[in-house]
Amino acid sequence: MDIAQLHYMANQIARNLAAGGEDAAIIATAQHIIDFWDPRMKAAILASDQAALSPIARAAVARLAPLLPRDERPNS
Amino acid sequence: MGYERQSDFGTPEVHADTSVSLTIDGRPVTVPAGTSVMRAAAECGGSIPKLCASDNLAAFGSCRLCLVEVDGMRGTPASCTTPAAEGMVVHTQTPRLQKLRKGVMELYISDHPLDCLTCSANNDCELQDQAAAVGLRDVRYGYAGDNHLGLETDSSNPYFDFDPSKCIACSRCVRACDEVQGTLALTIDGRGFATKVSAGQAGDTFLSSECVSCGACVQACPTATLQEKAVKEIGKPERSVITTCAYCGVGCTFRAEMRGEQLVRMVPWKDGKANHGHSCVKGRFAWGYANHQDRVRQPMIRESIDQPWREASWDEALTFTAGRLNAIKAQYGARALGGITSSRCTNEETFLVQKLVRAGFGSNNVDTCARVCHSPTGYGLKTTFGTSAGTQDFDSVEQSDVILVIGANPTDAHPVFASRMKRRLRAGAKLIVIDPRRIDLVRSPHITAAHHLPLQPGTNVAVLTAMAHVIVTEGLADEAFIHARCDWDEYQDWARFVSEDRHSPEVLEAVTRVPASELRAAARLFATGGNAAIYYGLGVTEHSQGSSTVMAIANLAMATGNIGRRGVGVNPLRGQNNVQGACDMGSFPHELSGYRHISDGAARALFEADWQVSLDPEPGLRIPNMLDAALDGSFRALYVQGEDILQSDPNTHHVAAGLKAMDLVIVHDLFLNETADYAHVFLPGSTFLEKTGTFTNAERRIQMVRKVMEPANGPDGEGMEDWQVTQALANAMGLDWNYANSGEIMDEVARLTPSFAGVSHARLDEAGSLQWPVNAAHPDGSPIMHVDGFVRGKGKFVVTDYVPTDEKTGPRFPLLLTTGRILSQYNVGAQTRRTENTVWHGEDLLEMHPTDTENRGLNDGDWVRLASRTGETTLRLTVTDRVAPGVVYTTFHHPTTQANVVTTEFSDWATNCPEYKVTAVQVTASNGPTDWQESYASWSAKSRRIAAPVEPAE
Repeated sequence: MDIAQLHYMANQIARNLAAGGEDAAIIATAQHIIDFWDPRMKAAILASDQAALSPIARAAVARLAPLLPRDERPNS
Repeated sequence: MGYERQSDFGTPEVHADTSVSLTIDGRPVTVPAGTSVMRAAAECGGSIPKLCASDNLAAFGSCRLCLVEVDGMRGTPASCTTPAAEGMVVHTQTPRLQKLRKGVMELYISDHPLDCLTCSANNDCELQDQAAAVGLRDVRYGYAGDNHLGLETDSSNPYFDFDPSKCIACSRCVRACDEVQGTLALTIDGRGFATKVSAGQAGDTFLSSECVSCGACVQACPTATLQEKAVKEIGKPERSVITTCAYCGVGCTFRAEMRGEQLVRMVPWKDGKANHGHSCVKGRFAWGYANHQDRVRQPMIRESIDQPWREASWDEALTFTAGRLNAIKAQYGARALGGITSSRCTNEETFLVQKLVRAGFGSNNVDTCARVCHSPTGYGLKTTFGTSAGTQDFDSVEQSDVILVIGANPTDAHPVFASRMKRRLRAGAKLIVIDPRRIDLVRSPHITAAHHLPLQPGTNVAVLTAMAHVIVTEGLADEAFIHARCDWDEYQDWARFVSEDRHSPEVLEAVTRVPASELRAAARLFATGGNAAIYYGLGVTEHSQGSSTVMAIANLAMATGNIGRRGVGVNPLRGQNNVQGACDMGSFPHELSGYRHISDGAARALFEADWQVSLDPEPGLRIPNMLDAALDGSFRALYVQGEDILQSDPNTHHVAAGLKAMDLVIVHDLFLNETADYAHVFLPGSTFLEKTGTFTNAERRIQMVRKVMEPANGPDGEGMEDWQVTQALANAMGLDWNYANSGEIMDEVARLTPSFAGVSHARLDEAGSLQWPVNAAHPDGSPIMHVDGFVRGKGKFVVTDYVPTDEKTGPRFPLLLTTGRILSQYNVGAQTRRTENTVWHGEDLLEMHPTDTENRGLNDGDWVRLASRTGETTLRLTVTDRVAPGVVYTTFHHPTTQANVVTTEFSDWATNCPEYKVTAVQVTASNGPTDWQESYASWSAKSRRIAAPVEPAE
């Protein structure tokens, strides 16, 4: 997957949910990705260098790891 | 049914709380108070002669044929303008009335051609019928006097002729144009003997006038004066079938009037609950594409896209396709396969395509063209109200006092509903328009918007938040409603947020460019003007904050208590005929039918038990994600039914690259569309005239589509409806599907989808139409939703923060491009470009404000180059002040323009719905097509070659 595109999408979701406060925004961003992203997109963003992610997006992505099936987690 | 005109009760139906009883020709009848004597007579089986009356027009009382005698009343009143009264005793046929009527009819006929046998309205003419009814036997005046018999026919409209020599000046056409359509293009010119029907100004023809060719006048005409050319050519129809239009989301129902297998005309059905007997130029007339020479009737295959197509039998094509699909699945796994369902196909066909993807391919990579139009509606309304659909039926607009139209252009894109809306506006409802362009509705005959807020494209959320600011800070919110119906804590969070100074209209004016005083006035009107209804379209959804805007709209409706009764609500105007249905049927990658998330184990278990498969619990890829995944090799095969993603999706270069990277692209369509340039398999489709199923319109109304002719896709007698093609492909892949008809598919939908539990073809035949949810709680459907409570429980206020789009203007790209539709063309134009509708719109034009054209030295009609950071194209310029300085506008109906070469890949944060409505561009003079246009045209021609059949060797 185009990692820059995925980073852009995650940041955009986080930015739009930010008004709810940081903690709520992290949970909501993670849930949004869980609900709407295909597994290969989730796996790709987890495995990527997350420097380009905003703090909320980065924290949200971190929450994905335990939710993915074991064989779809990076470095499994 | 055999052919007969729909019965005409003479004057409109009246709804009243009280009724009156009277006697007509000795027959007792009870009718709602206010009903005319004419209608009362018709309701008890009578038929009073009439010419100027029709039940879709207000009574006019001009023809003097419908006279009656009433005991105790003097004279012979016209029955159309006389209200029925309690105890009235009416006589419709007496020697005195007969004499009067004969006299009237003699005058009509003395100035009417007597060519009945060769007249195109022969045996379908009200004048002829009434002459028979009054017993006309001779005309005492003779035929030699001055007359109008030599007047010339106006044949300028491509679909109907106007022959004034046959006109009886009954004014029905003029009144239909005024009352039903609301365009007021026709008038009665002159007086006395000089009276004539005239379109537009002196010197205009029907085509050059403001006439929008809706057909209301043609339908209203009692003679052959205004008549379809097709009837002239073919003759009178012999049977009719009720079916549903396949153009926009209004969902008009029509009588398809047939002679043998030939469609003669489509006449809007008066009992249709979406259109009440009205139509537009597309549904009424633009059906000729069904028999266009470009229609592909034979399956075709090829190994690779640089080869010409090779025609194949159904068997060969399906075996080839299934073999390739199975091989790709074996090598790369189920998640390498996917499909796109069509918002133009039936619910049954759409359901089957998503079933093929989920149960056959084994992935959830299914999406639909709602991705690029109303996916934010699904997300936004589900979040706030709990259900992904509009809240009202169309009739609700009759009780609206304030109508807010945002990001929609109903007179072009939803013309039949626009006529209803205009009728209500003429009756006094107030209008607020939020749109960067001065759409026709802002100022049209007898309608002026109370407020037009010409916002900068991309600032919807800012404008709606500023409106909310005014409503909350000025104490105009309906707190009683909010307390009772919504989550009060969430409301308070939201109210605090919108009340901040940074959300005031004065502060946001810098961003929105909407004058603060005007915005305040609009907000006050919306909150205090009575029943307020919001209608919106793709100008709301197709933005990087599309979902936020939908939620901001829902917030506004809840804050003012405008939900849950007639006259109010949130109403998405759906683009295509079955966008609502395609979404309902589980076309999104994360949802099963009825909007149940794929991760919902209970819902999944229901499908798994019924389908005898196990389903992937993870959401699949959306269309743009599929294209991205194709480029990295993890997505390799795509089945596209009835959609042209190459032309309709943003950033054409990227779509082309994604399609090119796939091993197998299957296009199932009527024509070799632009996407088919990149396809390996072409499966010919069937038109809506050739299939049976259902469409669901913008008001959640499920209506039958009925087959009126055999499918033309396939050699003799081997044509298949689209669901049959999908079933044949599934079976070629080794699935064992045995639907005998599309009704069995709907039975499966009903079995698996709670909101459709009570739906079946038999039930629809009986009820005419049903609005979902149709289930035990709502056995007859649900015209208005959220009446006693929101579907989700408490209404949810969502804080919608304005986040500017990343698409910015700058020195290189100083203008903002926004795109849209025009009345006579439909989306990518695959259908309408193959009809005579091209006389109204033969090419896409770029609208630009005079200040911007003068800066650039450009003139009306010039070829210009339209360039963005993504790509460039050329088209012709039209100079207009409908757009504000700094904003340009065009349509995307023509593949030669390919407006989507220019649009970007920015998209809605929640749904990836593309941001078609905001692209930073530059416009410069040009002297010809761009390199892209030229190379695309030559590639396209090459890609569409079909190999000649190989002759056997001697």
